[in-house]
Amino acid sequence: MSDIIRLQGVSKQFRLRNDKSLKERLVNRRASKDNETSFWALKDIDLTVAEGSTIGLVGHNGSGKSTLLKVIGGVLTPSAGIVERRGRLAALLELGAGFHGDLTGRENVFLNASLLGLTKKQTEQYFDAIVDFSGIEEFIDTQVKFYSSGMYVRLAFAVAVHVDPDILLVDEVLAVGDEPFQRKCIERIRQFQGEGRTIVLVTHSLDQVREMCDHAVMLDHGRSILQGTSVEIIRAFRDANDEVAAELLDDTTESPASITDVQVTDPDGAPLLAIGPDQPVRFRIGIEAHEPIDDYVVGLALTDNMERLVYGTNTHMLGITVPPANGKHWVEFAVDRLPVVEGQYYVTAAVHPQRGAEWHRVDRAAVVRVRTTASEVGVVHLAPRFSAGAAS
Amino acid sequence: MSGLEQALGADAAPEDQRRHVTGEMTRVFSQARWFHGFWADVREVVQYRELLGNLVRKELKVKYKDSFLGFFWTLVRPLLQLLVYSVAIGFFLGSGKVIPEFGVYLFTGLLAWSLFTDIIGGSTGSIISNAGLVKKVYMPRELFPLSVVGASSVNFAVQLVVLLGAYVVTGSWPAPSNLLLVPLALITLILFATALGLMLAAANVFLRDVQYLVEVGLLLWFWMTPIVYDWTKVQSTLTDAGVPWLFDVYMLNPMANVVLAFQRALWPGGLTEQGAPFYYDGPLALRLVIISAVSLLLLWFAQRVFARAQGNFAQEL
Repeated sequence: MSDIIRLQGVSKQFRLRNDKSLKERLVNRRASKDNETSFWALKDIDLTVAEGSTIGLVGHNGSGKSTLLKVIGGVLTPSAGIVERRGRLAALLELGAGFHGDLTGRENVFLNASLLGLTKKQTEQYFDAIVDFSGIEEFIDTQVKFYSSGMYVRLAFAVAVHVDPDILLVDEVLAVGDEPFQRKCIERIRQFQGEGRTIVLVTHSLDQVREMCDHAVMLDHGRSILQGTSVEIIRAFRDANDEVAAELLDDTTESPASITDVQVTDPDGAPLLAIGPDQPVRFRIGIEAHEPIDDYVVGLALTDNMERLVYGTNTHMLGITVPPANGKHWVEFAVDRLPVVEGQYYVTAAVHPQRGAEWHRVDRAAVVRVRTTASEVGVVHLAPRFSAGAAS
Repeated sequence: MSGLEQALGADAAPEDQRRHVTGEMTRVFSQARWFHGFWADVREVVQYRELLGNLVRKELKVKYKDSFLGFFWTLVRPLLQLLVYSVAIGFFLGSGKVIPEFGVYLFTGLLAWSLFTDIIGGSTGSIISNAGLVKKVYMPRELFPLSVVGASSVNFAVQLVVLLGAYVVTGSWPAPSNLLLVPLALITLILFATALGLMLAAANVFLRDVQYLVEVGLLLWFWMTPIVYDWTKVQSTLTDAGVPWLFDVYMLNPMANVVLAFQRALWPGGLTEQGAPFYYDGPLALRLVIISAVSLLLLWFAQRVFARAQGNFAQEL
């Protein structure tokens, strides 16, 4: 597969000036230089996107995701570096940016479509499909300033997905609209993926990255920290967030308790690496209390290799009162079966007070591999029996 | 591929049905340089001409969308100006007795002038008023000032109808011999105003004072142009004061030349009662050609300034 977007050493410097008027600049000429602070919104970004792939950009607020998308879209000119791409591009940067409140929906469709590069003839051809997709036929000849924000977004999205782009840039727009419409949008994006179009997606939702992207880029302070498959990036992003949380915790107080180890064993206490779905398993969590503690909660979670939560519980949810502790001790969750589809499952353990921030958490502290005889996808191992017959 | 697709067989389209983008990688942008890229930018604007047309239509539609009289308002301002100046200057100050057909005289000048102010005033704010688009969608940003030029030209055409009406009412028509000056003057005006408009539009993004400066500047410029008074007064006063060369300076104003050309071509009262020419009788055509050539150079310069500035528009807005 060939590349469709290529970025080499792209940097973007923003200058923040606090004085926008002539008076301020003349009166405070010396201060003017001090007022001028600059920072790098993007620094040395190298990125190639293969044709037909879907790539997610993740990062905190202000990490440069949206700036990167705008640079790819050509809205912002980078301060240094090269951006190359081919094919027609449509950007869902902010839905309805091209809409003018005083024009009717119909007029706006034509205006917006021509903004996205469609000719009048093409727009006429797609017009019915656009209106149909948006689901606001009755209001198409109403001025859009009377639209609700949902209607606005529907119409804008409908236009954007009908422009037949080779590359689609999406900036957190999927979070708007009601649920049926969101589903419609996601379906349409899936259809785009199936047709081999390239999608670059900025999102805060790691679930969306997992579900839709094959690759992802993690950005922090304008730098591309890591590029890889979406699962790798999600994991790295979660880890990075945990580090931040852990640092915060260390800064405040020494936590009263911490997790020393997590073991997955069989009923006899022998360590387990691989099991079948019907075998009993025990999760033993070692805890060290640095001071006498009672009334605390121990939690357990299982995630799959896609970072999907498969199971989670804690002693509070189970209505168990844990015995008071001081020093090293252990707690154990025992299950009779682990009916999940074949795959690797990671055990996360946490200890926290009844109320307040958690004392300690270890992500993916242990791993257990489940092997089944059936070939299934999803989460739950159901092993259905199958039968068929003529309907009476 | 998600598990859902895997399970339900909703797999991606087979390889031969997937689309493949043909064509070479192209640079999304290039750092604007002074001596390169003008023609490339012009070509791009031409490619986007349909959008330009739509933007012009939008400008026109939006302007009077919710008003009762709608497009008629385009005519109100010049007509009101005409009335005020006729009464104040033509009647009270007595210019109407000196200048024949004073109403038409005023209107020909105002016609050219309002096109100029529409373009300059409109383009100065054009990038800022379209900030939503500039920040979100790529297109040649020259389209915004250019759409103002287009919309203003349409307004100009409408006002021209009023002038025709005035001819019918007064019963005196301009001599056809000078009519060719009108397109020449119009080209000069549009080239010059577009060049200025492009620079002001870019400057206004970085310094919002520009729009107020433009307002004040246009007022000053209006009185530096022989619209409500006649140019012979300027000449004779300056000659009497012993500084005849100042009149040459006065005539360097491109808008003075444009307005004089409009008057010469469209104003029927161009001769005094003695038959001497009352309109400007200098080599107007030559002057306009020279100004056009200079404006063309200015337009090139303005476009380069604009191209260099536009990379930072989205972040400055």
